[in-house]
Amino acid sequence: MRVGVITFPGTLDDVDALRAVKYADGEAVPLWHGDHDLKGVDAVIVPGGFSYGDYLRCGAIARFAPVMQEVVEAANKGMPVLGICNGFQILAEAHLLPGALVRNHKLHFVCRDQWLKVENNTTAWTTRYDPGAEILVPLKSGEGGYQANEETLRELEGEGRVVFRYVGENPNGSRNNIAGITNARGNVVGLMPHPEHAIDALTGPTDDGLGMFLSLLDSVVKA
Amino acid sequence: MIDTVKNAESTPDQEQPYKELGLKDDEYARIKEILGRRPTDAELAMYSVMWSEHCSYKSSKVHLKYFGETTTDEMRSKMLAGIGENAGVVDIGDGWAVTFKVESHNHPSYVEPYQGAATGVGGIVRDILAMGARPLAVMDPLRFGKPDAADTKRVLPGIVAGVGGYGNCLGLPNIGGEVVFDESYQGNPLVNALCVGAMKVEDLHLAHASGAGNKVILYGARTGLDGIGGVSVLASETFDDTAGKRKKLPSVQVGDPFTEKVLIECSLELFEKGIVVGIQDLGGAGLSCATSELASAGDGGMHVWLERVPLRATGMTPAEILSSESQERMCAVVEPANVEAFMEVCRKWDVIATEIGEVTDGDRLVITYHDEVVVDVPPRTVAHEGPVYHRPIERPADQDELQANTPDSLPRPAGDELLELVKTQAASPNLASKRWVTQQYDRYVRGNTVLAQPSDGGMIQIDEETHRGVALSTDCNGRYTKLDPYEGAKLALAEAYRNVAATGATPVAVTNCLNFGSPEDPGVMWQFEQAVKGLADGCAELGIPVTGGNVSFYNQTGSTAILPTPVVGVLGVIDDVRRRIPTGIGAEAGETLLLLGETKDEFGGSEWAHVVHGHLGGLPPKADLKREKLLGEVLVAGSRDGMVSAAHDLAEGGLAQALVETCLIGETGARVFLDGDLFTELFSESAGRVLVAVPRTEEQRFTDMCTARALPWRKVGVVDPESNALEIQNLGQLPLDELREAWEGTLPALFD
Repeated sequence: MRVGVITFPGTLDDVDALRAVKYADGEAVPLWHGDHDLKGVDAVIVPGGFSYGDYLRCGAIARFAPVMQEVVEAANKGMPVLGICNGFQILAEAHLLPGALVRNHKLHFVCRDQWLKVENNTTAWTTRYDPGAEILVPLKSGEGGYQANEETLRELEGEGRVVFRYVGENPNGSRNNIAGITNARGNVVGLMPHPEHAIDALTGPTDDGLGMFLSLLDSVVKA
Repeated sequence: MIDTVKNAESTPDQEQPYKELGLKDDEYARIKEILGRRPTDAELAMYSVMWSEHCSYKSSKVHLKYFGETTTDEMRSKMLAGIGENAGVVDIGDGWAVTFKVESHNHPSYVEPYQGAATGVGGIVRDILAMGARPLAVMDPLRFGKPDAADTKRVLPGIVAGVGGYGNCLGLPNIGGEVVFDESYQGNPLVNALCVGAMKVEDLHLAHASGAGNKVILYGARTGLDGIGGVSVLASETFDDTAGKRKKLPSVQVGDPFTEKVLIECSLELFEKGIVVGIQDLGGAGLSCATSELASAGDGGMHVWLERVPLRATGMTPAEILSSESQERMCAVVEPANVEAFMEVCRKWDVIATEIGEVTDGDRLVITYHDEVVVDVPPRTVAHEGPVYHRPIERPADQDELQANTPDSLPRPAGDELLELVKTQAASPNLASKRWVTQQYDRYVRGNTVLAQPSDGGMIQIDEETHRGVALSTDCNGRYTKLDPYEGAKLALAEAYRNVAATGATPVAVTNCLNFGSPEDPGVMWQFEQAVKGLADGCAELGIPVTGGNVSFYNQTGSTAILPTPVVGVLGVIDDVRRRIPTGIGAEAGETLLLLGETKDEFGGSEWAHVVHGHLGGLPPKADLKREKLLGEVLVAGSRDGMVSAAHDLAEGGLAQALVETCLIGETGARVFLDGDLFTELFSESAGRVLVAVPRTEEQRFTDMCTARALPWRKVGVVDPESNALEIQNLGQLPLDELREAWEGTLPALFD
């Protein structure tokens, strides 16, 4: 299975995402922001970082990158897409996911090991987890506060589209403690915490994050 | 009108503002002698900035020679590049070379905390990049004034946000550092930045411009009016704006980490393609420094067409273009046949690249501006043949009095007060958890961080196949150095060495950042001379070389100097990072706690004397580097054979603080039993000690090894996962929740 990982200028966690795909026995394919081509991949990861410096608004420029036009089209046809941190911000800016990410409520960048509760294990990226499982993965962001209007929140909650929720103290002021969400179809998932930094207990707090990449590999094997 | 060489020749008596630019009469006279005429404005700008204390090391040079004199061939055997290069380089095995260096950005960070700290990170990262290495991690030793002072509340949050804002956006994990508070840093915080990088041995790039006809390419950000005169004004005298009549932007440069990230990736791709002959970063003194250093390190001269430099401001003079310290710029020397390939890579990364010059036959650096010659100098006279001062040295008159004022007569706690002191000391700003600071730094990016704060040392994996890695620690206790600069520098080295060894790595090389007061004060020069000697002698005893360093003078408020602060960084190698030793206990139930080393009644400069009595006097603990070396060997052997499950070095706050930290970091309780005077046992700061946890099954084997190697050891307790408390026999219990609140509550209460 071929999994593409996009690099924009200013992307930082692309090496980590590529490594995570390899850990899950997938074929990791680097994609470049200026390309109009997904190189025949079966899924795409939009990794973390500060695309184009994120000076205007996180993800606001990246959504216009040529490669993102291809990603939007493929996602709408059902291709599994995962946005991590800046990737989540980009997917929100690209309207693949609802809502927006704003400055943390305490205004500081926060890097910490964060417990998350898996609320939805039916998406393309979460089938390996038991429902209600708690996982420990790094969170590291300055603009990770999830915001959406009441109607959207009701829709997300009502349709079970909240995928991950923060456990314990809310680290960034996210509405309803939301850490990650999915689209109606369940193929596009975005989250602020970093599962790709938790694939090996040597370099991460746990290997709890690996389940997301294994889930993806499973989904294609089944299909 | 542009001041050209022709003009300078025809107006030999024209007055020049050399004093305002920081040059002394005799220095100006020497420039005239070198050139055989008066310098042009552009030449004067170049010489003044390159001959400043910051760039020329004119006050420290004669002392720094001692590092070279005390380094033996054996110590040098693993060193691929040393003092004088952008950064030292060490062969760590498996074909890997590692480069690391610390630099100061103290003065800019006081003026503008966020940008000062941010560009400090940016500068040191480019130094590492200029060696041909991929920058892998950063660390930031920081020092501030009193924690509750109003100015600390201005400076600290800005500096921390700047380090994080730049480093996080650059994508480099921050794996350690220091946060220290002392009144002496009140008007002069210390912001030191360390970067470590790695490359394959054959990819080492040194800064030189060889081969006539080769092209000089400036790439990265445009050149603007920021930071003009920053180096000479900020780093060589005081903050008075003596150059107020010149148009300029704020003296502190403004950083753009996104541009730097792209510059790194672009440079690494250029290195990989093998199309770079020589490379130099643009830092302090900008193009003046880059062109003169590249030219003087090569085998020919250089011609630079200054009007080709891409600018971000209009109307800049040649002198301004040469002195600008705009960030995120690099200068490369490229063979003509490879220029197009070079440009192609830069276009891919949207990096502006401009051919601004050419390597020439001959030995002059000639800079023209629209066909008029504005600089014509022998480059070595600018870059390397600056003035050398033999500053007066005198042991301060009050040094004897300071040392005679020992802590021996201070009232010591007993009974219940001891338990209370464990907690109050853990909550004191210097010993309290630095989580408030470090959680603003990304420690995970790039996925190779094995250990990071609050571990004794930071550790990164260099090779994902073989698991080879390096560990790093920086340390310095300025109070020790104040009491005895020679011994204090050795103690800083000993602690950094011990911290690295406590992770399971073998220490191999040393870097430093020597932060001192004014070199014009003979007492400060004495401290400096003593500290250099102590550090160099200590390195010789340990058998590891100093591979590079940085000197920062004029760290003072009015005439009061900071505590002498020679920050020492030690690099260690570990052949398999999976063997790293963590700091926290509790990996296995029933581990035994052993104290390695000897505890003596040593309280001079201690945290107890400082926190409880506000006292500084006497002599610091004795450094015994042979013992440190033995301790290191035992720890590495223990890690290699899987005999040690946790290790934590004893430093400020003694055994009490080490126990608190190892319990809290490991989220596990312990029962401790001590003999002798409990106050000394718990709070003495004797060097050469490490607390280790060993699995019960390994206890015999490990202690036998210690005994065989004549390393003193004592069983001081057991790990107790059930208790959730630190229990000290005959004193009582401290619940971990209570300790955590004390340890972690201090900084948020001060700065949130």
